[in-house]
Amino acid sequence: MAEIVFTGVGHRFGERVVLDRIDLTLAERRIGIVGANGSGKSTLARMINGLVSPTTGTVTLDGLDTTAKGRDVRRRVGFVFTDPDSQIVMPTVAEDVAFSLRRSGLGKPEIADRVGASLRRFGLAEHADHPTHLLSGGQKQLLALAAVLITEPDVVVADEPTTLLDLRNARMVNNLLAGLPQQVVLVTHHFDLLAGFDRVVVLNGGRVAADGPPAAAVDAYTGLLT
Amino acid sequence: MTVIGLYHPGTSVLHRIPAGWKLVGMLLAIIVVVLLSTPWQLLVASAVLAVGFAIARIPPRVVWDQLWPMRWIVALIAIFQVIFASPERAVMVCGSLLLTVAIAALVTLTTRVTQMLDVCQTLLRPLCRFGVDPDRAGLVLALTIRCIPLLVDIVRAVSEARKARGAGFSLRAMAAPAVVRALRSADAMGDALIARGVDD
Repeated sequence: MAEIVFTGVGHRFGERVVLDRIDLTLAERRIGIVGANGSGKSTLARMINGLVSPTTGTVTLDGLDTTAKGRDVRRRVGFVFTDPDSQIVMPTVAEDVAFSLRRSGLGKPEIADRVGASLRRFGLAEHADHPTHLLSGGQKQLLALAAVLITEPDVVVADEPTTLLDLRNARMVNNLLAGLPQQVVLVTHHFDLLAGFDRVVVLNGGRVAADGPPAAAVDAYTGLLT
Repeated sequence: MTVIGLYHPGTSVLHRIPAGWKLVGMLLAIIVVVLLSTPWQLLVASAVLAVGFAIARIPPRVVWDQLWPMRWIVALIAIFQVIFASPERAVMVCGSLLLTVAIAALVTLTTRVTQMLDVCQTLLRPLCRFGVDPDRAGLVLALTIRCIPLLVDIVRAVSEARKARGAGFSLRAMAAPAVVRALRSADAMGDALIARGVDD
């Protein structure tokens, strides 16, 4: 597992403090991050692949600074966003998955093979040539996942990937995430998804409010809300 | 529903011709259409194009969807031509306009966007020395095509929100939230591009 280390991390947007003195070492296989809206969990997740740079402190992935070495870090970290519409950049399904491999140095037939295999794995094979905007919400998130996983990242960070999905699609995306061999950092509001997790970090007001096994962390979070 | 970017999957000859040749063919065909001078020739050209659509096995319905959005502009031009020129002139101008769009549609429907982008990148290659990055230019084109349906969705959502609140039509009430949402989507898409390693 990769080791993600937050050292004295603070972040502010103008006057508003989003994260404050975060010290965490994440090396477990399944890590959940929960917290209320505005607790800073999305910002924390985005720091793992250098999308957001901390105002103070450092974030490293296996010793690589995610700000200074963003390029190397992003090659190892796949990121799944809440809204797949912003993550899909190509007009058709197969092209979008192939887009992830455009700098891989692989030949065209090899890329086509891998894209085909990936679409079959995610049940999108029959939609290969369909326009991406005609997919259902669940299919779009599956496509986003396929496009992330085809690069074989070591770590998958998912920021509320099921928030916009109906129950059936949410379950499907969750089962896929649960079955991944990779290290997964999942930002979520759904506690039931955290059942088999190794560790859950609860954020509140930009600080770590609880950190431990799922049951204890969820109790702490529920306590914060009441 | 937007129809742009709709590749119509198939295995016909037209699907398999390299995109570059199709673009050259399109250019030549459009030149021919512009040079036509009698309605008879227009009819022949339409027939040839219809054969092209048949070879590519594109259903008439799909072709119709490509041309239908032009109805107002064609009607407007036709009225002007009848008033200021002659009915025959109106037929020629509107006919060649429709034919030109249909020719372009035939190319679009039989060519994957990726193939088209590859051609654009090859064509832009000589501009490298002037600081043009062909990869990036290609990406901008792809994103533009991808963003059209996204923008349509945004405008629809804003319009529905306005109706739900019982507000009447006002350009400002439409434009302001639509622009804000579009910019927010652009930010999100920028993040996603970085996360997917576009600049790496």
